[in-house]
Amino acid sequence: MTITTAERTRAVAPVTAAKQRRKGGWIPTLGLLAGAVYTLFPVLWVLIASTKSIDQLFSTFTLLPGSGLFTNLHQLSAYRGGEFWQWMLNSALYAGVGGALSALLSGVTGYALAKYRFAGRAAIFNILLAGVLMPPVVLAVPQYLLFAKAGLADSYWSVLLPSVISPYGIYLARIYAAGAIPDDVLEAGRMDGTSEWRLFRSVALPMMAPGLITVFLFQFVAIWNNFLLPFVMLGDDHKFPVTVGLYTLLLQGANAPALYTLVITGALLSVLPLIALFLSLQRFWRLDLLSGAVKS
Amino acid sequence: MFSDAPRGLRLALGLTSAAVAAMLVAGCGSSGSASSAASSSGPVHLTYWAWAPGLDQVVSLWNKSHPNIQVTVEKQAQGDDLLTKVITASKAGSAPDLVQAEYQALPTLVSNNVLADISAQDGSAASTFASGIWKQVTLGTNAVYAIPQDSGPLMFYYRTDLFKKYGLTVPTTWDQFKADAEKLRAEDSSKYLTTFSANDAGLFAGLAQQAGAQWWTTSGSSWKVSLDDAATQKVASFWGGLVKEGAIDNQPMYTPAWSKALDDGTQIAWVSAVWAPGVLSSSAPSGKGKWAMAPLPQWTAGQNVTGSWGGSSTAVSADSKNKAAAAQFALWLNTDPQAVAALVKDSYVYPAATDAQTGGALATAPDYLSNQPDFYTQAAKIAATTAPAAWGPNVNTAYSAFKDAFGKAAQNRTDFLTALNTVQQTTLADMKTQGFTVSG
Repeated sequence: MTITTAERTRAVAPVTAAKQRRKGGWIPTLGLLAGAVYTLFPVLWVLIASTKSIDQLFSTFTLLPGSGLFTNLHQLSAYRGGEFWQWMLNSALYAGVGGALSALLSGVTGYALAKYRFAGRAAIFNILLAGVLMPPVVLAVPQYLLFAKAGLADSYWSVLLPSVISPYGIYLARIYAAGAIPDDVLEAGRMDGTSEWRLFRSVALPMMAPGLITVFLFQFVAIWNNFLLPFVMLGDDHKFPVTVGLYTLLLQGANAPALYTLVITGALLSVLPLIALFLSLQRFWRLDLLSGAVKS
Repeated sequence: MFSDAPRGLRLALGLTSAAVAAMLVAGCGSSGSASSAASSSGPVHLTYWAWAPGLDQVVSLWNKSHPNIQVTVEKQAQGDDLLTKVITASKAGSAPDLVQAEYQALPTLVSNNVLADISAQDGSAASTFASGIWKQVTLGTNAVYAIPQDSGPLMFYYRTDLFKKYGLTVPTTWDQFKADAEKLRAEDSSKYLTTFSANDAGLFAGLAQQAGAQWWTTSGSSWKVSLDDAATQKVASFWGGLVKEGAIDNQPMYTPAWSKALDDGTQIAWVSAVWAPGVLSSSAPSGKGKWAMAPLPQWTAGQNVTGSWGGSSTAVSADSKNKAAAAQFALWLNTDPQAVAALVKDSYVYPAATDAQTGGALATAPDYLSNQPDFYTQAAKIAATTAPAAWGPNVNTAYSAFKDAFGKAAQNRTDFLTALNTVQQTTLADMKTQGFTVSG
């Protein structure tokens, strides 16, 4: 009797569970789909709007592609003798160098905080945590005043240096180092007489690579999209990143037409590097999952 | 774990090479400015923050003829953010030598000690400009804080074909304007005469100016703030009434939706300034040849007054180490016939200098309004009737208070006078917080 009941429940349970899963499964999927549409639609809009000429931009149906893409690209490239491409290069410089330096610095700091015991370790980490909570926007103006005092305002350094220190990156690197680098490995290295620097470079850094890639990506995107810091720091429009540069196209005073088509085309071009970067660095994340599986 | 090393190495190499490549880019980018900085030991080198398009071309004329004073335009985005940026830079002692500044921003800049008094160099230029405009750069004192560049007298723009179609008369008074708005709604409920937009206080300021408002005045050392004076109340309740009864639209201007409404004829008129053809040509490209300009409607029939919207000047900063050279350039840029002609052509500027408003580069009408060949002759006549403006040291506060309060009132179609009172109270409180002596 009991056996049959048990058997029955055992037989019934998976069926109902599967049924429930199928029934309830729609809701999260729909939610995710709605989220995807919500985030991708603006990108689609930019994609379609960038193909429209100024005559078509406001007069034709929103989702109907226009015929002005090449004119827009040509005009954008010709704007003030190719200023747009200078801005793209600047953005690549700020985000590329800033992101790489930030990842390295976060790696060193996170590793030190995770793997060494020293006085003030907790204090430093707590200050960093407070830094994570502080929105960088708040710091832009004080940073400007400091840089101006040092004579560095309106230079490439004024945008690069503040981007290199990322409390969140250091925090992430510390967590990652604590989880990914077993103490035994370091101990074994020390027993073999490896120097601390060698230990970090040849043992710790490779193990932390996926985490550092994540820091690099986060920081790259943050710097690429940053507006306020370069807006406050830079006066010379040849040093502008693409965000601040495109803004000057939009607000040229009431008596000049806003260059909508150029700004939209510029916005489209400026997201392409981000997409390319994510696609090309994705495989490191996949490796991360694999290496995790091997380790356990 | 050591088998991981090659991957890490490859990765590290990748990151390093990306960094190196970017450094190389930096090298290319900065080499230009480095060489120009090196040459600054010879001639005087001036930087100029401005937003008008095409100023580089105008300035290159100066650089060719003045090898000892070289000016570099650093193009900025126009607006209140730029004002904050200039003030911040000035606080840090690193403001550029020259800045483009809107008239209403001048008192704010002067009270923050951003601008230099250039009356010694450029005081004699007064006669080149209309007295109302000149007063805006002296702030009624003996000092000269900027040289006027452009002005924006208000005018009325309308679609000639649609006015004919719906049997509307071009309004000469605001009463007629209201009648037109109502008649159009009755004829075709899909159309509006125009919209009331709260996203740019400049237009409302100009309309109040036309009605005789004096928002900021001084007596002795104390300020009087009266953004809710009788004239402004008249203007606010007029537009508030139109919005409330639905005779005009309540959506903001300078949005894609607004451009579409102008382009497809959903909105058939626009109260704007002399520079409107430039905006129309990009926002409503299909209306070319269909629009026309008329003087602004008046409060009393037979009157002849207008306000202004926009307009800017060239100012010399107090931080500049070469004030005399900068003042010389500012004067040249805005009064030299060759320079002003280039400003009109390359920067779409309606010059503030009286002589430049007729003939020369303004002999022919803007392309967009080629159906109105005497456009600039009429514009100059209207410009001469501009009522004086009275700006104070916290126009930016008043403008953002306007955006908030009138934005809400327009969206909800509620009382504009309440909104106006909010703007007045916010502005007054801010003046006191900033430490100005305020009376009444």
